[in-house]
Amino acid sequence: MTTTAVEHATLSTAQAINRALHDAMAEDPTVLVLGEDVGPLGGVFRVTDGLTAEFGEDRCFDTPLAEAGIAGFAVGLAMNGMRPVIEMQFDAFAYPAFEQVVSHIAKMRNRTRGRVALPLVVRIPYAGGIGGVEHHCDSSESYYAHTPGLHVVAPSNPADAYTLLREAIASPDPVIFLEPKKLYWAKGEVVLGRGGEPGIGTAVVRRQGTDATLIAYGPTVPVAIEAAEVAARDGRSLQVVDLRSIVPFDDAGVCAAVESTGRAVVVAEAAGFASVSSEIAARVSERCFHSLSAPVRRVTGFDIPYPPPKLEHFQLPSVDRILDAVDELQWEEA
Amino acid sequence: MTSDADRMLPSREPVMLLDPDGRPTVAARAGLPASEELLRGLAGMVVARRFNEQASALVRQGRLAVYPSSYGQEACQVAAAQVLTGEDWLFPTYRDTAAAVARGVDPVEVLGLLKGDWHSGYDPYERHVAPLTTPLATQLPHAVGVAHAARLRGERTVVLAMCGDGGTSEGDFHEALNFAAVFRAPVVFFVQNNQYAISVPLARQSAAPSLAHKGVGYGIPGEHVDGNDLAALLDVLSGAVGRARAGEGPQLVEGRTYRMQAHTNADDATRYRADDEVAAWAAKDPLVRLEAYLRTEGVLDDARAADLTEAAEQVARRTRDGLNQDVEPDPDDLFRFVYSQPTPQLVEQLAVVRDEISRDEQSRDEQSREETR
Repeated sequence: MTTTAVEHATLSTAQAINRALHDAMAEDPTVLVLGEDVGPLGGVFRVTDGLTAEFGEDRCFDTPLAEAGIAGFAVGLAMNGMRPVIEMQFDAFAYPAFEQVVSHIAKMRNRTRGRVALPLVVRIPYAGGIGGVEHHCDSSESYYAHTPGLHVVAPSNPADAYTLLREAIASPDPVIFLEPKKLYWAKGEVVLGRGGEPGIGTAVVRRQGTDATLIAYGPTVPVAIEAAEVAARDGRSLQVVDLRSIVPFDDAGVCAAVESTGRAVVVAEAAGFASVSSEIAARVSERCFHSLSAPVRRVTGFDIPYPPPKLEHFQLPSVDRILDAVDELQWEEA
Repeated sequence: MTSDADRMLPSREPVMLLDPDGRPTVAARAGLPASEELLRGLAGMVVARRFNEQASALVRQGRLAVYPSSYGQEACQVAAAQVLTGEDWLFPTYRDTAAAVARGVDPVEVLGLLKGDWHSGYDPYERHVAPLTTPLATQLPHAVGVAHAARLRGERTVVLAMCGDGGTSEGDFHEALNFAAVFRAPVVFFVQNNQYAISVPLARQSAAPSLAHKGVGYGIPGEHVDGNDLAALLDVLSGAVGRARAGEGPQLVEGRTYRMQAHTNADDATRYRADDEVAAWAAKDPLVRLEAYLRTEGVLDDARAADLTEAAEQVARRTRDGLNQDVEPDPDDLFRFVYSQPTPQLVEQLAVVRDEISRDEQSRDEQSREETR
C-alpha cells in the first residue's frame, strides 16, 4: 500500500489564498482570475501576486474598473466553460455588482432548471480591524447569506483559506468567498492539495470547552479563542465553534456543540440587526431550546455605519465584551 | 482623411435599402441581400407576426400571464437570428421571444417564462439562446463573457446581444460595451430602438445624436438601420457579425423601429402617445414592404405566400396546443435546482411542503368519503 505524502507549508492567509489560486490554475486550465489590479500588481493585498507572470495574461488579468461588469462578464465566462474567480477589491466596492450577484449569479441554475450552472467564485476582502477609511471595512455577509442560490464562506485561518478556496473553485455552485482582511497576515500551517478536510458546509470546534459555546466565523474566531483562553484562567471552560461556511449552515454541528454546553454566545463583527448573528441565535434557540440553560446572547457590531479608524475599536467585538456576555448566561451561584 | 473616430461614427441617416413601399433605395445600388435570403427572412417574419398575434390571444384567454409583444418589430427579430450560425449565441430580452423562435427554440418552451410553469422554459445550450432576461441590460455583460470564453478557446463564435432603447440608459449597457471593446470580444450589440420604454419616450432616455453614436465613446463602430427594413438589417448585421468573427472586435447596431402595441397587455399606450404617431409607423410595416419588393421581383407569388401563411399557422397551432395543455408543476422543483446539492435546510423545507401536500390529500380523501356516505 502506498501512502500519498501530504504536503504542508507555513503561510499567511494571503499567501494561502494565493497558493490555492495557483494550485487550482495549475490543475485546471479553465480557472481564470480577474478583477481590478489583480494582474501585474498582484492585487492591493498581493493575493494574486505572480499569477499573471506564471499563467499569462489570458488566465489572470485586469479588467476595467466596474464591479457589475466584472460579475456579469464572469457569468458569461462560466456559462461558456470557464471557472472564473473574480476579486471585488473591497467589501463596500462590491455593491455595484449586487444586481448581477442576486439576479443572475444566485439564480441562474434555478431559473434554467439546473441546465446552466455557474461555477464561479466571488472573492471579497471584508470586515474591519485594519484602520481602513470608510467603505473599506464593511461586514457584508448578511446580504449574501440572505440570497438563496449562493454559498457563503468565511475562513478564519490560513489552512481553511486554502482548503475552502480550493473547494469553492471546484464547486459547481457560485461561492461568495469572504476574506477577513485583518487575518491576511496571520500565519499558520496549511495542508496543500485538494480534498482538504473538512469541506464547505461543516463547522468545526476550534477549542474544546464544557461551560458555554462561543459561535464565531471569519474575523471573530481568533477573538473568541482569545476570550476562551482568558476565561480558562478564571476557571470557566468555553468551547469555540468556527462556522467556516455561513451557507450551507451546519445546523447539526452547531447544535451538537451547544447541546454539549447548554449555553451559547454568537460573536460577529457585522451590525447585529437582521444579520447572520440573529439567524444563528434564532436557529440555536429553535433547535436546542431544551438543552439551553440561558437565552442565546450575541456580541456584534452596533447598528451604525462602520466607524472611522480612530473609533473602530468600539465597534469590534472584544474579549471583554464576549466575557461580559458569557457572565450573563444565568450561572447559578456556586 | 478620416480618423479612427470618424470611421466609428454611424451613417448620416439610418441605412435603408427598401423604402416603405418596397422600392430599392439609392443605397441598394451597392447590392441587396440575395433573394433567397430575403424570402427566408419574409417567411420568418410571417411566423413572427403570427406568433405575436397568437401569444397576445393566449393572454386574453388566460393561458399566458403576460406578453410583451414585438408586433411591428418582426424585421429586427428575424434578422437577429438569421445572421447567426449554429455555434453563435443569441442573448434576448423578454420582448425577443420571436427572435428565439426564429433561432429554432420551441415556441411553447419560449413562452414558458410567461406561462408561469417555470422561469426559463428552454435549455439555453440547445440552440445557444440565453434565457430571456427581464432586468434591463443585465444580459449584456454575460454576452461579452460568453464571447471572451469562446475566443480564449480559439473558437470562432460570435455573440449577438439584444437590448432596447431604454436598456441603453442602464449601467450594464455601458459596462458591457466597455468590456467588449477593451477585450475586443466578438459581440454585436443590437439595440432595437422601438421609441418607448413602457411609457417613457426616447428623448427622456438619451440626448445622444443617435443610440448608434454611443459606440464611438467606447471605441466601437456604431451604425443605425431602418429597423423595419429586413434587407438593410440583414446587410448591416451580417457585416457586423462577419467582422466580429474575423477578429475586428465588437460593434453596435441600432435598429430604428416602433413598438406598435402597448408594452404588455397590462399597459395602456393611449395614455402616453397619439394615434397619428402609431398610424404613421403602421405605414412602414416591415412585412408589407418586403412582400411588395419580392412580388415585384417575381420571387413571391400568391401560391408561395399561401405556403408562408400555412407554415406560420402551424407554428401558431403548435403554440396554442402546447399552451392549452395544463402541466401540473412539481412542488419538489422549488428546491431541486437552487444548488447542485440541496443544503440540509432545503431538505427540511422540502419535507415541510411534502407534508402539507399529503395532509391536504388526506383531508380531501376524508371529505369525499364523508360525502359518499
